[in-house]
Amino acid sequence: MNRTRSLLSGFTVAFAISLFAILFGIVNGLVNTFDSAFADDASNSIFVQSGMTSKASNGLQAGRRIQFKNEDQAWIKEEFGDKVQYITSRVYLNVVATFRNEKSNYSIRAVNPDHQYLENTKVTYGRYVNESDIKNKTKVVVIGRLVEEDLFLKTTAIGKYINLNGIQYKVVGVFSDDGGDNEERLIYMPISTAQQIYGNNDYVDQINLTYNPDMNFDAAIGFSNLLTKKLKDRFTVSQNDQRAIRVRNLANESKAINQFTFILGFLVLVIGFGTLIAGIVGISNMMIFIVKERTKEIGIRKALGASPKSIVSIILLESILVTIIAGFVGLVIGMGVVEFAGPFLEKYFIKDPSVSLSIVVGAAITLILAGAIAGYLPAKKASRIKPIVALRDD
Amino acid sequence: MLKINKLHKSYPIGDSSLHVLKGIDLSVEAGEMVAIMGSSGSGKSTLLNIIGMLDEADEGEYILDNVPIKNLTEKKAAIYRNKFLGFIFQSFNLINYKNALDNVALPLYYQGLKRKERIEKGLFHLEKVGLKDWAHHLPNELSGGQKQRVAIARALAADPKLLLADEPTGALDTKTSHEIMDFIQSLNDEGKTILMVTHEEDIASMCKRIVRLKDGVIIEDTFVEQVRASQYV
Repeated sequence: MNRTRSLLSGFTVAFAISLFAILFGIVNGLVNTFDSAFADDASNSIFVQSGMTSKASNGLQAGRRIQFKNEDQAWIKEEFGDKVQYITSRVYLNVVATFRNEKSNYSIRAVNPDHQYLENTKVTYGRYVNESDIKNKTKVVVIGRLVEEDLFLKTTAIGKYINLNGIQYKVVGVFSDDGGDNEERLIYMPISTAQQIYGNNDYVDQINLTYNPDMNFDAAIGFSNLLTKKLKDRFTVSQNDQRAIRVRNLANESKAINQFTFILGFLVLVIGFGTLIAGIVGISNMMIFIVKERTKEIGIRKALGASPKSIVSIILLESILVTIIAGFVGLVIGMGVVEFAGPFLEKYFIKDPSVSLSIVVGAAITLILAGAIAGYLPAKKASRIKPIVALRDD
Repeated sequence: MLKINKLHKSYPIGDSSLHVLKGIDLSVEAGEMVAIMGSSGSGKSTLLNIIGMLDEADEGEYILDNVPIKNLTEKKAAIYRNKFLGFIFQSFNLINYKNALDNVALPLYYQGLKRKERIEKGLFHLEKVGLKDWAHHLPNELSGGQKQRVAIARALAADPKLLLADEPTGALDTKTSHEIMDFIQSLNDEGKTILMVTHEEDIASMCKRIVRLKDGVIIEDTFVEQVRASQYV
């Protein structure tokens, strides 16, 4: 038995497996980076905002302010039906909030209940704004995790009353958000409450919706284009006016990223497959050498009564043993590299690179199986060696 | 024990073929000790290989222990080799990464014996060749004579009916050769049938019968007075 040869062949296999693991880790990291960029909002979000008209239209002058109202949200829902998954309006306010001796400035988003799903808000305690709040214009708020920390210090905020610009609101929920600290320093309240108390009107600043996730990217983009066109008609805005009504559809970004990750995944598949094939070639090469080296031993064994089957198993066993050990070493090295190098790679857009053990183990098993199949022919050939040929003195 | 009729064997060489055995008739009874002699190219090794089922004859009949050896599958040949035959080679042919005991126990492994039994029997045969203390040494830690004795122990392990030796002393010095021959003679005394290929006259004279081959035919087949190797040891 030539240990150096086994070692070298094993090295090829270990190299293939570790490379496979590292590549997979890197791609996973890249995908994680893009995923987290959109973790804040639902990836099928559409944001509708209004502004001043920049062009004259149908006898109306430029410079007219477009103002959305509650009825516009209802109109969108009615017009597009089940193409709309969730929809909410937003009113923005800035308030000074006080609780006992603590005092601070916060932004308020007055919203509909659907807003929770649009923003991926995670309610950690209590509840979110609900339909009954909207109907009854209740004075309740859902506060961010950091608002609770700032104002309530170590105590729990749920059920307590918080003072916003002189008016008392009951805290009914505390939330967290993956969007970062700013997102967790927000206060949500029912949109109807805000409209009554701070303006006594039905104005809204922005309408957010998500399209039906069953739609593909192209259908979703078509939907938002139609939405833009119909809104412009509704407010008598020129179709060329880019300012009066602005619709932003995340499907545009998602589509680009999706294509990017698809191509990336495909590339890795090709490279990974290539390394695996290199590993398999390494194994079959090893098998041929094993047979050559052990020809004499095979002859001796056959003279002593070894069946062809037992010869095949001897040869296969050696290669499988080498492959398993090398595969395991490669697996440990590959996953180790991904694990230890991971934290230093975030600035290269590789976040939390990780390899699922099942994929690497799957690759290793594939390699072993393929190696065994590739090695079966040389092993079979070895079992047919005539002992007289093998025993001939060199 | 062994009966051969009109055995022919030729090897292809390029376009033509070399007729090595040209009709061999030979029969050996149980308990015989036969030397097959001849110059190189006489066909003596080919004959031994066919008898040992390491090679197949083209034509003719070969009956070993009342079993006709013909058209054997690899599997069947393996079983027969294991059951009927013990081999002793010129170059010992021990497996160099297995210790003496494992080498001796190898034929027992192919008989399907349990590990405990293999060790027991292996040690018994090693003791018989006087190498029990060397059981756990690798072949390269043994001298030539010791290696051949391990090989003999291995050939005996499966308790074969026929012991085949191909130049068993070819790689040994005179003194060691005589020791080995002394041992082989004692095996024959115990009743083992032995067939041996050699080109050394003095080794052949230690057998009971000498068969001379020349150009693929038997030219002489005589029973001789056995020279005991023990007188030289």
